[in-house]
Amino acid sequence: MIKNISNLGDAAIYCDFGTEVNKKINFEVIKYFKAIKEKDIKGVINLTPSYNKLIVSYDLRVTSFKEIKDKIENLEVNEIQEIATKKLEVPVCCDALYSLDMERLEKKLNLSKEKILENFFNKEYFCYMTGFIAGMPFLGDLEENMRAQRLETPRIKVPKGSVGLTEQFANIYTFESPGGWNIIGNTPLNVFDSSKENDPNLINPGDLVTFKQITLDKYKNYNE
Amino acid sequence: MNNNYFEILRAGINTTFQDKGRNHLFHIGIPFSGAMDNRNFYLANKLVGNKLDSPIIEFAYQGPLLKFYGDKISIAITGDVIFKLKKKDIEIEGKCYESYQLEHGDKIDILSTNKSVYGYLAISGKFDVKFQWGSCSINTKAKIGSNEGKKLANGQKINISRIKLNQDKKKINYLNSRIENIRVIKAPNFNYFSEESKKDFFEKKFTVSKLSDRMGMRLEGLKIENIVNTNIKSEGLLKGVIQVPADGNPIIMLSDHGTIGGYPKIGVVASVDYDRLVQITPGSKIKFKEIELSDAETLFKLYEMETQNLISQI
Repeated sequence: MIKNISNLGDAAIYCDFGTEVNKKINFEVIKYFKAIKEKDIKGVINLTPSYNKLIVSYDLRVTSFKEIKDKIENLEVNEIQEIATKKLEVPVCCDALYSLDMERLEKKLNLSKEKILENFFNKEYFCYMTGFIAGMPFLGDLEENMRAQRLETPRIKVPKGSVGLTEQFANIYTFESPGGWNIIGNTPLNVFDSSKENDPNLINPGDLVTFKQITLDKYKNYNE
Repeated sequence: MNNNYFEILRAGINTTFQDKGRNHLFHIGIPFSGAMDNRNFYLANKLVGNKLDSPIIEFAYQGPLLKFYGDKISIAITGDVIFKLKKKDIEIEGKCYESYQLEHGDKIDILSTNKSVYGYLAISGKFDVKFQWGSCSINTKAKIGSNEGKKLANGQKINISRIKLNQDKKKINYLNSRIENIRVIKAPNFNYFSEESKKDFFEKKFTVSKLSDRMGMRLEGLKIENIVNTNIKSEGLLKGVIQVPADGNPIIMLSDHGTIGGYPKIGVVASVDYDRLVQITPGSKIKFKEIELSDAETLFKLYEMETQNLISQI
């Protein structure tokens, strides 16, 4: 359920589902996201679901805060049992060439490189949301002992394919971008393809992801 | 065969195709993009008799130098822009908000924007551009849109797929107003900041940093002190949202912003001030003024009526 509805500026509704991050709350967010999308409310131009918030932005020339708020409050939300999801495996090379923040992470977490990789690869991750940059998946949840803060000073350029960790999440930089996550490896997989307009993202909210470690040789020959 | 085109003799600093932008894609991480200054985008199209949301060339600071090849075409430039038209024997000082006819071999030299950032060039016809998700808007970070998502470059050709026959001279008297006071609505994390910083935010001036682009406008000056947490759980962003990272320097999200972010939001720029906000040049001082939602809605309606009124005068 939405705990509170307020405005974010004069052209968006801010739906707050709580402060915690867990699959149950995220599932509620996705349910509302799907319901509002299907309803196709006049004037709504974007929906941004995240861990525990949903932002509905609208064209102020067509509608207003009051109108959209009323519609969301009176929305019938279908009880969906499960989100259609898929499982996929993402190959990652953790050679020193790509694990840009491994040393920093070993110190931050007080774990050896071997232990960090073991923890990271022996897990199934849940995709909570996609965004920041096109197609970037936010995957959780890392165990308590694997949680580190963002870099103090973000990088101006994080290479395409970089796999990063921050707090309880892992993500993948779908293209070169500024960013502050702790980079532990790189995937040769193309996670965002703008030529596929109907389905540009390889990973979508609700999907289950595992990472598989590959050698530098395999990485280099992956797309050949 | 395409016989109508511009040759780019000088591309300018940040020259891109833009239009109304892309909707319904935030959930997969694709920003809105589109023309930064909407009023000037519409006016340029109207001055050449196009549909208001037709693709257009947007430039920042220094614009392009273009040589035209083909049949007669009418063009218009909007914003606060210094430009020249170079015809066979004469050179004309161009005026914004007035259409001009170009003939084969003529050049447009867009020297610079004047104490503003963005300007627009429209043609009476259609640029031959690629659409992605219903928009030609170039997003250079995601490499999305026409021209393979890249800025226009020296030596390139800009193909024109169709030229309108009706090219009546059109003009309007319009002067861009500049603002220093930006009206802002408080955002959900307003109380993350100290009492003093909340006061300072609406009382002190900030300087627009050089590190500003289509993604965001970075501000410098007084540091805004966070007393709760310098990170939030990442959530959606919108143009106009003002985030404050750990270093205390506010960043205003602009049209190519990341779709989600993890810094606390202190406020959101009222829609009425967005077109003028994006035109503020680095080094300028700005001040935020608090405004309530209902006033922001009314002011935007008035601004929109004014825009429609200008359009109808052309």
